[in-house]
Amino acid sequence: MSGINQFLMQLINGLNIGSIYALIALGYTMVYGIAKLINFAHGDIIMVGAYVSLLCLNTGMPWFLACIVTIVVCAVFGVVMEKLAYKPLRKASRISLLITAIGVSYLLENAFQLIFSANPKPYPGFITLPNIKLGSISIAANYYVTFIVSVVLMVVLNLFIQKTNVGKAMRAVSEDEGAARLMGINVDNTISLTFAIGSALAAIAGILYSNCYSPINPFMGSLPGIKAFIAAVLGGIGSIPGAVLGGFILGMIETMVKAYISSQLLDSIVFTILILMLALKPSGILGKSVKEKV
Amino acid sequence: MLKVENLVVKYGVIEAIKGISFEVGDGQIVTLIGANGAGKTTTLQTISGLVRPQSGKILLNDRDISREATDKIVKSGLVQVPEGRRVFQQETVEENLILGAYTRKDKAGIKEDLEKVYERFPRLKERHQQLAGTLSGGEQQMLAIGRALMGKPKIMLMDEPSMGLSPLLVREIFSIIREINRDGTTILLVEQNAKMALSIANHAYVLKNGSIVLDGTGEELLRSEEVQKAYLGG
Repeated sequence: MSGINQFLMQLINGLNIGSIYALIALGYTMVYGIAKLINFAHGDIIMVGAYVSLLCLNTGMPWFLACIVTIVVCAVFGVVMEKLAYKPLRKASRISLLITAIGVSYLLENAFQLIFSANPKPYPGFITLPNIKLGSISIAANYYVTFIVSVVLMVVLNLFIQKTNVGKAMRAVSEDEGAARLMGINVDNTISLTFAIGSALAAIAGILYSNCYSPINPFMGSLPGIKAFIAAVLGGIGSIPGAVLGGFILGMIETMVKAYISSQLLDSIVFTILILMLALKPSGILGKSVKEKV
Repeated sequence: MLKVENLVVKYGVIEAIKGISFEVGDGQIVTLIGANGAGKTTTLQTISGLVRPQSGKILLNDRDISREATDKIVKSGLVQVPEGRRVFQQETVEENLILGAYTRKDKAGIKEDLEKVYERFPRLKERHQQLAGTLSGGEQQMLAIGRALMGKPKIMLMDEPSMGLSPLLVREIFSIIREINRDGTTILLVEQNAKMALSIANHAYVLKNGSIVLDGTGEELLRSEEVQKAYLGG
């Protein structure tokens, strides 16, 4: 394979993993924006989504129905998680919330290990569209479907947040919770909705991820979750376009490092990026530091 | 319209409001004056449901709202202009105003009220596409008031609307408050600028360390020696 083709292939790989990171990062960033919480259990929702969809598919359910069930289950799961674990701590310090989030993450991983064992389970991929040929390279269905689905979801989410009343309420709560309450916005419902949307996106990411990277295991969400968190920080945590941008940048860096530098150094390089970003520009690429006006 | 009975508010073990009672009659302007830390803002936040009282009643048209959620309270016509204006800085002026009408469903009415707010505050109309964070302090205060008006309040709570504004703007804000009241909105005003507040108030209460120590008509308190000494610098 010629150098340019090799590069194009890597570009496509980068877009694929980048779109998954972006989908997960959206959940991180939305929850952070509204509840000021880094939900470290968010990555594990991918895993929950993978297992729920696997169970559905194994019953012989058609794939689109399995997807819908998975999305609904994960959305409800996200809301319940918020109500049980995070809501009682709404007035507690940030560090208690952070520790709780890590606890929830471990709880999920170990509970799923108990139920399904730690053995990887093969995932029956259901994306069976033909490959697309672009010149001399051919793109597998998994790859372009993941990319298209992610981009469509991001556009829809953006429209939802910009145009609908509920979306405007989310923006208001994210900027100033107290003032939002005074507008008559029900903040509890807004937070629940944010968790539901974030978890639904993670569910879809989980399904797409499993289609690309079978088999699945109870710890599969952990690393993509952390990477997506890095993506969210890179783009500017709290910023929706930032999460998308961060996701794609990270995906691209990862693939290029893997292809041209060293796949062993991959994770160290990615985490170095996080450290550098936090040291040099903690607000991220698109994040704003808001100043108060007197 | 609004009646507060034996309201007690605690932050931890500290009693911030120690059993105050006062009343705001239909169509009136009532003001609470007092020094920093007297409990004025806490009182308003408790009425709006942002802070839960320890005991006591808050009656809005004879219905006790002291345990109700803020969004319900706003829906029943009690809207607050918070201290420090608290406009949504990253939203445009118009989006801020629309957020003020969040609890309303009557699209035609919202549009009409938007025009009314623009008529009252032409500066906001000029800048309707601008981010609220880029407005001057006075403009932000007007936006905060306009945003509250979009909620179609029966009673409007205002927390220090004159804070940080030039004397000229303070006078403008107070004349706006009067106008809003003349158009039928009852007003409960909290102010450190006692002189201005008393000059437009039908009735006034003096809050000190969480208790009401004095009350009377605006004029009476303006003339009262105690008030002059403590709050009017004379």
